[in-house]
Amino acid sequence: MKEKFKRLFSGGLGQMTIPIIALALLVIFNLIRDTSFFSIGIMHNNDGNAVLSGNIITIINGASELAILAMGMTLVTAACGGQDISVGAAAAIAGSVFVKVLKASTAISGGTVVLAFLCACIVAMLFALFNGTLVAVFKIQPMIATLILYTCGRSIAYWINGGATPTVYSSIITAIGGFIPGIPVPTPVLIVVVMALLFRVLFHFTSLRLFTQSVGINGDAARLNGINSTFIKLLSFLILGVCVAVSGCIGVSRLGLINHETLLLDIEMDTILAVAIGGNSLGGGKFKIGGSIIGAYVIQTLTITLYAMKVSSTDVKAYKAIVIILMVVIGSPVVKERFGKFMARLVHGSKRVSVKGVEE
Amino acid sequence: MKRKTLLLVGLLVLACLLTACGKDKDELIKIGVVNNPPSESGYREANVKDMEAVFSKDNGYDLKTFYSIKNDEQLQAAQGFITEGVDYLLISAAETTGWDDVLKKAKEAGIKVYLFDRMINVDASLYEAAVVSDMAKEGETAVKWLLDQNLSEYKVIHIQGAMGSDAQIGRTNALEEQFKSGKMTKVAQQTASWSEDEAKKIVEAVINSGEDFNVIYAENDGMAKGAVAALDAAGITHGVDGKVIVMGFDCNKWALRELLAKKWNYDGQCSPFQAKIISDLIKSGKAPSQKTIINEEKGFDAKTLTQSDIDTYGLGD
Amino acid sequence: MQEECLLTMRQIDKRFPGVVALNGVDFTLRKGEIHALMGENGAGKSTLIKVLTGVYQMDGGEIRVEGKPIFIKSPQDAQNHGISTVYQEITLCPNLTVAENMFIGREDSVWVRRGKYEKRAEEILMDLGVPARSTQQLGDCSLAVQQMVAIARAVDMKCKVLILDEPTSSLDDKEVQMLFSLMKDLKSQGVGIIFVTHFLEQVYEVSDRITVLRNGELVGEYLTEELPQVQLVSKMIGKELEELSNLGETEEKNSEEQEVFYEAEGLSSSAARPFDFSIRKGEVNGFTGLLGSGRSESVRAIFGADKVNGGTVKIKGQEVKITRPIDAMKNGIGYLAEDRKRDGIIADLSVRENIILAMQVMNGMFKPISRSESEAFADEYIKVLNIKTASRETPVGSLSGGNQQKVILARWLLTHPDYLILDEPTRGIDVGTKLEIQKLVLKLAEEGVSVTFISSEVEEMLRTCSRLIVMRDRYIVGELKGSDLNQTQVMKTIAGGEA
Repeated sequence: MKEKFKRLFSGGLGQMTIPIIALALLVIFNLIRDTSFFSIGIMHNNDGNAVLSGNIITIINGASELAILAMGMTLVTAACGGQDISVGAAAAIAGSVFVKVLKASTAISGGTVVLAFLCACIVAMLFALFNGTLVAVFKIQPMIATLILYTCGRSIAYWINGGATPTVYSSIITAIGGFIPGIPVPTPVLIVVVMALLFRVLFHFTSLRLFTQSVGINGDAARLNGINSTFIKLLSFLILGVCVAVSGCIGVSRLGLINHETLLLDIEMDTILAVAIGGNSLGGGKFKIGGSIIGAYVIQTLTITLYAMKVSSTDVKAYKAIVIILMVVIGSPVVKERFGKFMARLVHGSKRVSVKGVEE
Repeated sequence: MKRKTLLLVGLLVLACLLTACGKDKDELIKIGVVNNPPSESGYREANVKDMEAVFSKDNGYDLKTFYSIKNDEQLQAAQGFITEGVDYLLISAAETTGWDDVLKKAKEAGIKVYLFDRMINVDASLYEAAVVSDMAKEGETAVKWLLDQNLSEYKVIHIQGAMGSDAQIGRTNALEEQFKSGKMTKVAQQTASWSEDEAKKIVEAVINSGEDFNVIYAENDGMAKGAVAALDAAGITHGVDGKVIVMGFDCNKWALRELLAKKWNYDGQCSPFQAKIISDLIKSGKAPSQKTIINEEKGFDAKTLTQSDIDTYGLGD
Repeated sequence: MQEECLLTMRQIDKRFPGVVALNGVDFTLRKGEIHALMGENGAGKSTLIKVLTGVYQMDGGEIRVEGKPIFIKSPQDAQNHGISTVYQEITLCPNLTVAENMFIGREDSVWVRRGKYEKRAEEILMDLGVPARSTQQLGDCSLAVQQMVAIARAVDMKCKVLILDEPTSSLDDKEVQMLFSLMKDLKSQGVGIIFVTHFLEQVYEVSDRITVLRNGELVGEYLTEELPQVQLVSKMIGKELEELSNLGETEEKNSEEQEVFYEAEGLSSSAARPFDFSIRKGEVNGFTGLLGSGRSESVRAIFGADKVNGGTVKIKGQEVKITRPIDAMKNGIGYLAEDRKRDGIIADLSVRENIILAMQVMNGMFKPISRSESEAFADEYIKVLNIKTASRETPVGSLSGGNQQKVILARWLLTHPDYLILDEPTRGIDVGTKLEIQKLVLKLAEEGVSVTFISSEVEEMLRTCSRLIVMRDRYIVGELKGSDLNQTQVMKTIAGGEA
């Protein structure tokens, strides 16, 4: 524990330090502003279930799609050294497929929902494969490659919908997007936990983490060590595809409605930001999924804070930008190094110790 | 070789005969429609469908359509329709400027021009009439309805559309006046940029802050739905017999069904149905009495809404 | 020797963290001479050039131009002192015209009208006999002409010292002749030319004097006509390390009775010309030749590192297909790449992760090596190879070059290869580690592992290899073993037959 603490503050700042500090600052700011900001209560919703409520729940629940996308995006970023900017559009497509399949059946049962999800998953993975092929095989810059789907994705979603905003009504869908009767925690939060566990399992039972990092850090060396970097990159996109499908389906289930224009609108930028706030290099290489998840919650806390402060609509984006600039600058290597040196001096008394010296 | 030429000539003759036949049969009125693409919004989709339904062959029209959100493409298409020799040109322009030359050419060619949905910045002599919506009126209608409810106090959560859009400005202004005059209290006023999910978060934030409110004024149906989801999760009643009055706009069929179930209170509409008015003008053969015709805006109250209203005026399915 | 000294560099020192790149190097360039600067990779040629052109700041020493001491702070500074460089890769803009390229970025060019400088460019090109028009797009000219335009640009900037860094590497014979006649022309005008190349024939064809560097130190300055080619090669390659124990010299290197482990016939890749090659179990052999002779390209072909074009490969007599590194690895071949930074280490990953990488790849994605297992492997090899690292979780990028090399060695040793290819495993690392690696190679051979060893230092190879394959100009030109395995014979073969 002491070791960890030391590493956190003395040597080069650990990867998780920045997102945790950012989150802590936001929490402290809110507590000063309104001591009851983080109080949690139990309410009965209109279906008569006892459910948790409060700003924390709103934040954690609301960040679900973002957190799931950030997990997949982390992997793509690590392997390809670039980002997929089409996740929002692809999620709209996945959501549309989900609703299309649900509407095709007369009665919505658990089986239909699973089938609809699988269809959404397959479609999302096909589009991910398209992106991945452009990136891994044709070596196109990820941002450029995914710009194609970013541009046309929502139109494709419109074609699938065959019109604007189809709706579905089903208690199962309500349960997925809201609460399962008897469980006070919002279902999307549970899904995030499941996804995070799945990633953990994936990294535990395969060597994907090592291979992805190797490809991202030094593609040439990875190839000469027998790693098929094309495959690793494609795989990262496919995994992101699953994340896209999951978050698309959650987004649809929240309201039982698919609006191809607004579903997870602008989420790609928030996702990339979450990855960056999570302390991951956007240039690829080493990564921490946990950092990205915290990054997602940081962004959501920021949004909800601004809502709670009733910042006027026209100013919200400016405030968001200011906070984000601060976070990114604090996370920059320059500040990290200076801060590290400063802390090293504090920890080791007045002795001047270089950052390197402390690491060793 | 010879045989092929012969065949070709034969086909040509046949084609001529057929078209001639068609013409003889009945004189269709040729309509060229320049519009925005249906994928733009639910409103546009309904608008396009309405146009296609009213100006059908059965009603005696030969309809040609062109959809684009780009003004220059629209201009070219209008030019094309003029060259083709349509009888009437119907335009919903992407931008308000740049149409002078095209409309002048249309006038020279004796083609009558109707503007619908959107105005264009040209001399009024260049078109027969403009059938447009009055966004401000739409907001006023809704706010008037709200005032008619005679609540003892109005504590309003105002969820705005994408800032700067016509619909947002029209729907916001009427309510803003009430806030200014002090008749209504602004509990929250924030943009969700038409996003259902954002609307939900905005309402959740208010609920979590513990502030009281009794009206949700959402500038479209989707955002109203998001707001209602937040109310449901917090166990707050809404609708006709509920604590909170829910207001939406657009009149999607699914939203009107919410009204019918008395879960919402009001839904306003900027009517996308201009085709009937234009068709009537054309069939009457007379020049319209006024240049600008304001399309009647609908507003539905949950207490008086009927299933046939939904079938007639609801958008989508 | 009473020629006028144009440029003198005295006792130039340049240090990088952990490396002495130049140690008291002297260099003298006279007016109107072509002076070849020779040395193997890492000898300090490019560092010396970069000091001279202001890319690097020297740590000690003195530079004089025409007797006056000067301080070169930036490349712009160097140009102002009349020192111009034409690099191997053309650094001009192919989408501008010849004239624009000649005048771009020069202080006096801003206010000059187009017509005027086009005319001026035409004059210079004519003068130097460069077959290009001033209005032509540079990109439309051949590489040689582009090279010459770059030189013309330098000449017009009143350069006194012209540095040509590997100017001929992408030119064909005819183009080389064109370039040489231009060089001779400039020489007669009194320009001093520093010519950096690794083509020995060209040095003898065009240069007047040769300066040889080795390991950051000056070996000597010679008149070209007085220095036979064989001697030049031996001076470049050097004979250091002689003070070290003659390990393995007396050991039995004969493994001829062993079975052939690997055999290639007509193997070729996108980088290597077809060649035949074989190695027996427990044999240590080596590829030698100067830089660019094709030695690295050949072993890369064996490992499938470049696109393999043809040839048949047999492992223990069985025909196999090796087109990708993973094929080679599955057949028990390991490959330590020449460029450690680019092709070897995964810098941000820990020592532990770097060590287990190859083994993990061979195990496949679905059989991850457990944390405790990988820690045990890492600890074992850190101990066996005496890797100096703060911990097994230290990023490998922060280790010294020698220790990085040991980490990569550990990576391959962990896979227990039958055949290990080591391309320059000892380059840029300290003498002690060099010796350790050589010992390791011999120990592996004793255990029955076949090893192919490449080193720029012939001494080192003589000590470890029982057979040397000599390459020149991307062809195998000889194979030495037994009594032929001595310095003179190797030099002779590398230099091209003449004694």
